[in-house]
Amino acid sequence: MRTAAALVAVAVLLALPAVLNAYALTIFILILFYAFLAQAWNILGGYAGQLSVGHAAFVGVGGYTSAMLAAHWAVTPWLGMLVGAGLAAVLGAIIGYLGFRFGLRGFYFVLLTVAFAEVCRILVSNIDALGGALGLYITFTGDPRQFQFQDQRVYYYVALALTLLATGMAALIERRRFGIYLTAIRDDEGACEALGVDTFRYKMLAMVVSSFLTGLGGTFYAFYLFSLQPNTVFGIPLSVEIIIRPIIGGAGTLLGPILGSFILTPLAELSRQYFGQSGLHGAHLIVYGLLLVSVVLFLPHGAYPYLRRLFKRA
Amino acid sequence: MTEPDTASNRPPTLQAVPPLLLEVQSLSKRFGGLQAVKDLSFTVGEGEIVALIGPNGAGKTTAFALISGFLAPDTGRVTFRGRDLAGLKPHRVNALGVARTFQIMRPFPRLTVVRNVMIATLGHHPAPAEAERRARAVLAELSLADKADALAGSLTLAERKRLELARALGTEPALLLLDEVMSGLNEAETERILELVRAINRRGVAILLIEHVMRAVMSLAQRIVVLNHGERIAEGPPEAVAGDPKVIEAYLGNEDVAGAPA
Repeated sequence: MRTAAALVAVAVLLALPAVLNAYALTIFILILFYAFLAQAWNILGGYAGQLSVGHAAFVGVGGYTSAMLAAHWAVTPWLGMLVGAGLAAVLGAIIGYLGFRFGLRGFYFVLLTVAFAEVCRILVSNIDALGGALGLYITFTGDPRQFQFQDQRVYYYVALALTLLATGMAALIERRRFGIYLTAIRDDEGACEALGVDTFRYKMLAMVVSSFLTGLGGTFYAFYLFSLQPNTVFGIPLSVEIIIRPIIGGAGTLLGPILGSFILTPLAELSRQYFGQSGLHGAHLIVYGLLLVSVVLFLPHGAYPYLRRLFKRA
Repeated sequence: MTEPDTASNRPPTLQAVPPLLLEVQSLSKRFGGLQAVKDLSFTVGEGEIVALIGPNGAGKTTAFALISGFLAPDTGRVTFRGRDLAGLKPHRVNALGVARTFQIMRPFPRLTVVRNVMIATLGHHPAPAEAERRARAVLAELSLADKADALAGSLTLAERKRLELARALGTEPALLLLDEVMSGLNEAETERILELVRAINRRGVAILLIEHVMRAVMSLAQRIVVLNHGERIAEGPPEAVAGDPKVIEAYLGNEDVAGAPA
């Protein structure tokens, strides 16, 4: 039943570009890309309950790495993507080691992740070789070997593949000992330790997987938008975009981050456009705020667990 | 000349004193101005039931935390099966065969009861299917089988006490540290836990328990260690300890009281 539903959903997503116009296609690319980042975050923030508000740093490290490798060493971004993700995982391991070894929990862990992202942003803004505050621009060649595509539908399929990769990974983790431990670590780390669970090791593992996947997303970001600015790609707003989707959709559930992206991304795009036209730039953030408050008040576990209960009752 | 031979050939079941499992040697722990545990020494033998008693604030729970690796002692050491536990994190101590329960129960409220126990059984059985089979077996033993798929947060107090026990048992320990698993239970529930603890012990699991329910302590423990202000003030079989004036004084104050503690 679940497998059948998943197959139908994937089939629909595969067929979708055939019926979408250019504008709708762009929105769907963003939905899938943010769903991917949200799912990558979900492994650490949702299942393991370690609230990182610095995930933008991994996008930044991944994007800058593949862009620099392509521009200066003619390394194809397809390979650069893996190198960038590897470096993002190294950064994740450093943040994780400091946070978990010294037992930073709750707000203190949040602050640590924010601080690391901010340090990255300021460092990159001040390194001329990395383009400084202006950032990096990528020349459009339309060469698939350079991760560039004339046809927007290819970006759609790459974003879909990334979403399926992260979701498949989360599904695999969920069923294994690793994932079962993570859900218990989220509830009570001390009790886990008393039952023989090496909480440090599993939190580190979750951090490394999550930051690696997020790092892959950096390359997509760079070669889809053709530019990287330290303020956007390492900034807190991007981190917030990443975490708000799983929180609204249902953190620690397999489909929550995807549902969250399907709710929020179009809403953000439409309200950005609507308010932007009326000269109210940034007003879409008010919509985010209201939605977040409503979810916390009325659906504290997110939309997906609520819908699941609704369907079970029906 | 033949004496040493007879001694070494003697089967272990004939030994009067069981082989040493846990050895606590001059353990001390201070929190700021409070000396929570002071120069505490005692042992637990293989398969033995030992009770740690004393008035509130005597340092019993601190002693548990020191043994299970949740706190590091200021001085002294703990050895388990001859191995020094110094510096080991709680999960390592557990993996060596020491499981503890918490006085304030700590179930994973958002996980089902069987998942709660699986967190324990996964250590020895990494495949989730096998871990679940073991967890259900432990739950059946503790008559929680019908609650297996309920959320742990929905259990009654007595059920949560048994879940705490089930989880500790799921790690397949050689020594079980029980921190007040009977407090707050009614007569029938207490009797039930007593039976369970006895059954666990019959399988060869040694038990060190902190307990205020004296009737339970008297009927279960082979040996009692009494703490007051972090120090051991008495040790011995239940009857001897119950009549010890120092123990009576610790519980009832230093007035001249004739009766034993209730």
